[in-house]
Amino acid sequence: MNKERYKEITNEIVPEEDKVKNGFTAFLVGGLVGLLGQIIVVVLENNFNVAHKDATSIMIVFLIFVASLCTALGFFDNLVSKAKAGLIVPITGFAHAMTSAMLDYKKEGFVTGIGANAFKLTGSVILYGVVSAYIFGLVRYLFFGG
Amino acid sequence: MIFLYSFLFCGFVCLIGQIILDNTKLTPGHVTSLFVVIGAFLDSFGLYDKFIKWFGAGTLVPITSFGHSLIHGALAKADDAGFLGLLAGMFNLTSSGIVSAMVFGFILTLIFKAKD
Repeated sequence: MNKERYKEITNEIVPEEDKVKNGFTAFLVGGLVGLLGQIIVVVLENNFNVAHKDATSIMIVFLIFVASLCTALGFFDNLVSKAKAGLIVPITGFAHAMTSAMLDYKKEGFVTGIGANAFKLTGSVILYGVVSAYIFGLVRYLFFGG
Repeated sequence: MIFLYSFLFCGFVCLIGQIILDNTKLTPGHVTSLFVVIGAFLDSFGLYDKFIKWFGAGTLVPITSFGHSLIHGALAKADDAGFLGLLAGMFNLTSSGIVSAMVFGFILTLIFKAKD
């Protein structure tokens, strides 16, 4: 079978992804996660007298915990494949990537499995975040005085 | 009103991510790494701080705020410790997120098994 014919056949079978619908879903789900974060911060501040800075930290930790738990329970993958960037771009995606990497390599042992692969997916986020923050921070500190 | 702004900001960032995912060959890993760098860049001139003031906690939820927190901690520490502060303060604000992801992930991995 030549390549063109193969392409024709796969194009018929594989449904074309609806980009508008994907974008709308990502916007809606991502927005809801952001809204949830704002609600948590406001509730903590008003009802539990938590300082603003602590409230945002608690909110981030809470979202990470929920995402990790849903990943471990096994239904977060399904949600991500439906909502896509709506759950990948918020901090939930970071927690999901780390927990699922650890779960996937659990059978290879504690050190060579879980330990070596914990940062398999999130390592690049941390590395490039730190390197870019260092370079931008250095530029700002040197030329603009911090 | 701050609730609506949070919704719109976080949704908008996710929409950009989805557009990149749909129209290029980049993977989610590429998109999140890119967004962290963008977040760090936006905060190098204090722009992200203004976003937080205008749009509320919704700005702290997307991964862009991770980059913002990294450079923010580094610069705050650099104010009193000089060059060493850039290194020492890098994780000051983000450590709660990274550590909680590691600890929760590890404990949950001990309890649960990967689903096939």
